[in-house]
Amino acid sequence: MGRKLLLEHIDVPGIQTYDVYRNHGGYRSVEKALKTMSPQEVVEEVQKSALKGRGGAGFPTGMKWSFLAKPEGVPRYLVCNADESEPGTFKDRYLMEKIPHLLIEGMITSSYALGANTSHIYIRGEYMFVLDILEKAIAEAYANGWLGKNILGSGYDLDLYVSPGGGAYICGEETALLESLEGKRGNPRMKPPFPAVKGLFGCPTVVNNVESIAAVVPIINIGAEEYLKIGTEKSSGTKLISASGNLVRPGVYEIELGLSVEEFIYGDEWCRGIANGKKIKACIPGGSSVPILPHNLITKTATGETRYMSYESLSDGGFASGSMLGSGGFIVFDEDQCIVRNTWNFARFYAHESCGQCSPCREGTGWMEKVLYRLEHGQGNMRDIDLLEQINKKIEGNTICPLGDAAAWPVAAAIRHFREEFEWHVTNPQEALTRNYGLKKVAETL
Amino acid sequence: MISTHELQSKKPPFSEESLKEVNRIISQFPEGRHKSALIRILHIAEEEFGGWLSQETMDYVADLLNIQPVEVYEVATFYTMFNLEPTGKFVFEVCRTGPCMLVGSDQIIEHIKNRLGISKVGETSADGIFTLKTSECLGACGYAPMLQCGKVYHEHLTPEKVDQLIEEYRAKYAQLKNQN
Repeated sequence: MGRKLLLEHIDVPGIQTYDVYRNHGGYRSVEKALKTMSPQEVVEEVQKSALKGRGGAGFPTGMKWSFLAKPEGVPRYLVCNADESEPGTFKDRYLMEKIPHLLIEGMITSSYALGANTSHIYIRGEYMFVLDILEKAIAEAYANGWLGKNILGSGYDLDLYVSPGGGAYICGEETALLESLEGKRGNPRMKPPFPAVKGLFGCPTVVNNVESIAAVVPIINIGAEEYLKIGTEKSSGTKLISASGNLVRPGVYEIELGLSVEEFIYGDEWCRGIANGKKIKACIPGGSSVPILPHNLITKTATGETRYMSYESLSDGGFASGSMLGSGGFIVFDEDQCIVRNTWNFARFYAHESCGQCSPCREGTGWMEKVLYRLEHGQGNMRDIDLLEQINKKIEGNTICPLGDAAAWPVAAAIRHFREEFEWHVTNPQEALTRNYGLKKVAETL
Repeated sequence: MISTHELQSKKPPFSEESLKEVNRIISQFPEGRHKSALIRILHIAEEEFGGWLSQETMDYVADLLNIQPVEVYEVATFYTMFNLEPTGKFVFEVCRTGPCMLVGSDQIIEHIKNRLGISKVGETSADGIFTLKTSECLGACGYAPMLQCGKVYHEHLTPEKVDQLIEEYRAKYAQLKNQN
């Protein structure tokens, strides 16, 4: 049984409400921080914990905090990124829906650390029902003196608000999010300046993922030293994993980083294996933007070592034979799934979600979608496969924000590991319309 | 397409209740930064004025926020949640992205088309009650397939469950009609 830091009380009836949350140790981190620690000490504790950003990029949260500019007389902002839209990822929604006060507590402790007196939670518009839950919890927090003026008599003031988006994956990119929060189109900004210097309303801003902010609560409660004992040397703490696809028991799980992938997929406590007694064909371990792994590289690395659920182990082998932990959106494919169809589906997603600002991404994602559609629908030729690789190279690294890369990498990985399946679609167009390629001839371990 | 529908006839201005909500939202942002409230106000406008944003509605919101109409248009056209044309009373948005597709969203979309007698995604049923749309990942991958209708997520869908949903919404529609 792994240790739970975020979801420990998730099954307690009424944990959504303030009283029950408080009775289960809620808001202790705020008490500890405001009464016994300076803001700088909170920042240092988070730095020591080696917490990596849980939104997908894995950038150390404490380091991000340390970059925040602090010019005199200028307000600073903490903005929570609750725009969760990476296909395969639904952990933030789960956390906010089931235990909203954990996020609010994290926002208070983190805002105190950063010296922010107004903080915002930006939530994707489709999660409007979650916004209602959060606003109710915020009202409870105000009523009980955790928000507003002079919190706990410390002299620290904080107001906290929630704002919805309008349906745009790109607003998960932090500068697009800030544009959206200012009531504009979600076009990512050129960097520098980074948000830490010029963010919301031109003021220094930190943007953190929901889970990262929630993780600050246990870090302050148990201390960085204790937190570092959980997980692996390079991946401290616990991580929420959103498991989906052809699994017996999909859902959100909190794992100690370093759990073996095999245990996670097949273990009784976790996903309990592949649905309908089928075999596993592939897995995308960190949301749709990370490279897909063929069945021979999921539970073992290319060198035959056990693969673990951690930042370092999932990326072992680089893009040639590894992937990334990303957002923890763990998508599993059974033997009957078509890789070409799935690659097309995700390419369509990125083409749909490109903001249109940079031509390599705007045009490239559209091209990839069209070429993949052709291949999937029995109209492709061999040159199309190479063409996809060329388009990939022209997008990657040539755009303002990482959406272009995120669109290019999964296509490149699918061709790298499943080229024969793509070729089979070209050589057997009619057959490919009526049946799937199946499991055979997946690329051998490198 | 339905242009005038008995349940979609309400036009600006906002009700007093909505205006209060609009002012509450504006007050969350610093002086001069009230444009931040735009997206949320558009959601409220859409709900209050028949499920879509007409030019009249958008101009009204621009006026309310004291910004140029084009600032509203460019936002309304960027974000996929906003309907720029009239829809049926209830919009079924079925998630079509990878994880949902792996467990049968294509079949759910086909089933809804058949049941509502519509030929393609984006159309409205002849009785004007339902519009079928697809959407990209809605963050319900572990409970797929799914569809969103208004604020509500309907998850773990099967064809039988879809039939039941359609009946429930039909009943809700009849009830609304009686109230009017």
